Amino acid sequence: MKSFTYERPDSPEAAVKAYQRARGARYIAGGTNLLDLMKLEIERPAHLIDVNRIGLKKIEETDEGGLRIGALVTNTALAGDERVRRDYGVLTRAIVAGATGQLRNKATTGGNLLQQTRCPYFYDTNMPCNRREAGSGCAALEGHSRMLAVVGTTDACIAQNPSDMNVAMRVLDAEVEVLGPKGARSIPIEAFHLLPDEEPPVKEFALRPGELITAVTLPPPVGGKHVYRKVRDRASYAFAVVSVAAILQEDGTGRVALGGVAPKPWRRPEADAALPKGSKAVADVLFADARPTDDNAFKLPLAERAIAAVLADAQR
Amino acid sequence: MPTNLTFDVSRRELLIGSASAALIAGLGGWSADAAPPQRDGSVRLTVNGEERTLELDNRTSLLDALREHMHLTGTKKGCDHGQCGACTVMVNGERINSCLTLAVMHDGDEVTTIEGLGTPDDPHAMQAAFVKHDGYQCGYCTPGQICSAVAMLDEIEAGMPSHVTPDLTARPQASEAEIKERMSGNICRCAAYPNILAAITEVEGARA
Ligand SMILES: Cc1cc2nc3c(=O)[nH]c(=O)nc-3n(C[C@H](O)[C@H](O)[C@H](O)COP(=O)(O)OP(=O)(O)OC[C@H]3O[C@@H](n4cnc5c(N)ncnc54)[C@H](O)[C@@H]3O)c2cc1C
Ligand code: SF4
Repeated sequence: MKSFTYERPDSPEAAVKAYQRARGARYIAGGTNLLDLMKLEIERPAHLIDVNRIGLKKIEETDEGGLRIGALVTNTALAGDERVRRDYGVLTRAIVAGATGQLRNKATTGGNLLQQTRCPYFYDTNMPCNRREAGSGCAALEGHSRMLAVVGTTDACIAQNPSDMNVAMRVLDAEVEVLGPKGARSIPIEAFHLLPDEEPPVKEFALRPGELITAVTLPPPVGGKHVYRKVRDRASYAFAVVSVAAILQEDGTGRVALGGVAPKPWRRPEADAALPKGSKAVADVLFADARPTDDNAFKLPLAERAIAAVLADAQR
Repeated sequence: MPTNLTFDVSRRELLIGSASAALIAGLGGWSADAAPPQRDGSVRLTVNGEERTLELDNRTSLLDALREHMHLTGTKKGCDHGQCGACTVMVNGERINSCLTLAVMHDGDEVTTIEGLGTPDDPHAMQAAFVKHDGYQCGYCTPGQICSAVAMLDEIEAGMPSHVTPDLTARPQASEAEIKERMSGNICRCAAYPNILAAITEVEGARA
């Protein structure tokens, strides 16, 4: 690990100021992703701003009847919150389907939104990777791409967003609140994670330099049956090959988003509209522009079957 | 330089940052007009009830602080990437992977390691149950398994749901399926899992 200086501000404003003062600074929350990458020297910040004591650890009800989740709320606390379990079950289900008890105790809401891909070549610093080093190429195109994305990709990068939580946030239409050198703003989750351009560099988040995530807000509950189905190589503790987050109403309407198949949580309004017509109609919409590799083309029928299973479950 | 930075830091900027960090110890990536923060940090920890103050390189993980600086070698280093669970300790009562957190981030925190749970003469119930049920072979993962198990039972008691909890609005039960799912972050290469499960189940039964 490269050496770095460290500071621990005591408010969000102080954290943003600290970022502006330092060069090559990064925020650190749970550290479960950033430190992993720093050990591999994929990340080499010169300065770490520890945001664990700036507050933002509460889940509050909003005036509109939704919830405002502080960026430093841990994945464990969020999944265990009574209101989330009752009204936003898909979020609890998605979080507890990811990582382990130990990791979820440290992982934060903001850090999870920003977790890096698990593309094997991103981690192997001997291999070309546009996401790690713009312009070096993409080793995955001709390599092992079984776990990688099938849709929303370009030849610059075919990596998937590995988060479970993010898929649920997408189906819930969450908003990401940020504070930066130029003030506060709010980014809808659909615009928060970016698709790669045709050419590198691969920009993955809509954050501007120095912007700190302060909260994630959820709109008022929409009722319905909340499901998160994760297909993985083991029964527990593995990243999703494919996952489905859905909220289904009794009349057959609903919302659906997929994980493990794209560089961002994958949702289309037309796919939601196709739900009453069944899994094939939904998958046809979601995968209309799919460009899988030989290695991961299996994800297309797998995802359709996972959607079918979710729809069948909802009818039971 | 990584293009995956959350924020747009130009290659030049980062190179300058890390070059000065390497050359001018203590100045790091800081601009000249600000007070330089320390490259080394002083950390106050309460470990197994005892208060300790350590001077550490900022890079020191909590795991390395425990093992290399406090010589509490019960906590083990397995993968050092949060994947195997051998380094599990409790911080302020919650189980975490001590390899994926920096010691300097824990100023003022209370840490409990396997040494703090019990001693050979006066073992914790979970330690005794692992011995009784032969919940190990080589023993390398055992301290992490035991710390994880103790905190895991508290999580069930606090009503935290898991992936296998059938009803999110009901209290979770400490069933076999629940224990297995919740212990999946502790890998045992000898596959002593059935005996680990038996040990945890016995302790859970005695608590209930
Ligand atoms: C072995 C292992 C298995 C895992 N399995 C899964 C899984 O199955 N499913 C899953 O979804 N995830 C999984 N994860 C990933 C885990 O969920 C993430 O590591 C975690 O959510 C990151 O949160 P953090 O708070 O630790 O982030 P950090 O590591 O602290 O930060 C991550 C990034 O976010 C930035 N950041 C953090 N907070 C803020 C903020 N408030 N504002 C701006 N920037 C910020 C940091 O600078 C950094 O770039 C796994 C991780 C490991 C190590
Ligand atoms: S898919 Fe993306 S992350 Fe993987 S090697 Fe290619 S550019 Fe890198």
